[in-house]
Amino acid sequence: GAAAVLPRAAQAAAERPNSWDEITSYNNFYEFGFDKGDPAANAGALTTDPWAVEIGGLVDRPGSYAVSDLAPGDALEERIYRLRCVEAWSMVIPWLGVPLSRVLNAVGVQPGAKFVAFQTLLRPEEMPAQRTRALDWPYVEGLRIDEAMHPLTILATGLYGKPLPNQNGAPIRLVVPWKYGFKSIKSVVRITLTDRQPVSTWQAMQPREYGFYANVNPQVDHPRWSQATERRIGAGLLAGRQETLMFNGYGEQVASLYAGMDLARNY
Amino acid sequence: MRRIPVAAVWLAGAVPFAVLLWDTLQGQLGVDPIRDIEHRLGRTAVYLLLATLAVTPLLRLFRVNLVRFRRALGLLSFSYAVLHLLAWAVLDMGLLWGQALRDIVKRPYLTIGMAAWLILAILAATSSNRTIRALGPRWKALHRLVYLAAPLAILHWLMAYKIWPSWALWMGLALAILLALRLPGLRKLRVR
Repeated sequence: GAAAVLPRAAQAAAERPNSWDEITSYNNFYEFGFDKGDPAANAGALTTDPWAVEIGGLVDRPGSYAVSDLAPGDALEERIYRLRCVEAWSMVIPWLGVPLSRVLNAVGVQPGAKFVAFQTLLRPEEMPAQRTRALDWPYVEGLRIDEAMHPLTILATGLYGKPLPNQNGAPIRLVVPWKYGFKSIKSVVRITLTDRQPVSTWQAMQPREYGFYANVNPQVDHPRWSQATERRIGAGLLAGRQETLMFNGYGEQVASLYAGMDLARNY
Repeated sequence: MRRIPVAAVWLAGAVPFAVLLWDTLQGQLGVDPIRDIEHRLGRTAVYLLLATLAVTPLLRLFRVNLVRFRRALGLLSFSYAVLHLLAWAVLDMGLLWGQALRDIVKRPYLTIGMAAWLILAILAATSSNRTIRALGPRWKALHRLVYLAAPLAILHWLMAYKIWPSWALWMGLALAILLALRLPGLRKLRVR
């Protein structure tokens, strides 16, 4: 599979993954509340089975797909990735998933498709914060087609070899390891291939703070947080900070996608 | 009330710190203890600042006289602000002084928080009986700066997040009420 072409080091396999507890009790999933502990406390009631992902737009075989169609058990690969949040903390997470390219190739991407738009479930009965107007629900995100087809980009359905807990975006979520965490949209119900650049939720809300690309970049500061360094969750009280790596350390694999682009402008 | 020594306020004020210390040593702070330490210290500083600002309205509205304890409350608030700043510089920023100073200048929520901290520092430094006598009427004018420090502290709290935390909004409302009760039209209000 695609994992074979990726050097293990690129996957952060050399770094000690965060514990199950850390990964599943410290989450930004605003549909379930705005505190890091809220998703673990409130996501239990989410119904993730049955689940359908509507794939449409510029594809040959549009339709409603089950999670097992998109990410069958025998196709799952483990990917140990660094996760860098825009709030300047980070983790290392052993995901289980399939390359997004595998899914897109299976539905047949038409030549006119330049972008992929994603949408999270909208179900206020089970997602309490969707009853507030803190964000413009449902949460949406987008990738350029070459970013979506990149072998590092996966749709994850598991963690530590187990199914994804709800607070981590069950039953299926995007993981794009060289971008800030908010790009990796959770609990996906819709994937649309399009010829127009989608506007993501945070970009629409605060365009000065959040751009379409959101690549991890220590040289381009977020107005609220310096992105030069980060705090690794679980590192201990006196561990201090570590330097943030360009493209979260995946530059060798993805820098070519942005050749010639001004990354301070396209943040 | 007159029998309670001021030292009791200091003792009670040390309880949140003792509990925080206990939770830290017991490993009960959760996945990101640094954030919890930093935030709990900051919140306690705000609560104590609100308590300080509640002294005058309590006296005017309810004839509850806590004026004797006001200086201790204010100094306690500043003490927690000092610990909050220390937790940020040492634990969160890991003593990266260059980045910390650049951040204070560049990030509005940090600039605002630092401004509030500096005001509280000035007020704490001029809180002794000797300074009060030495400054005379200017002391009162100087200490009105607390009406600026408190809103700045709340603003700092609100702006530190991607979206405004609702608890900080409630504290902002409480502060607004405490400040409004000092307006010329409202200061004569009496409950009994």
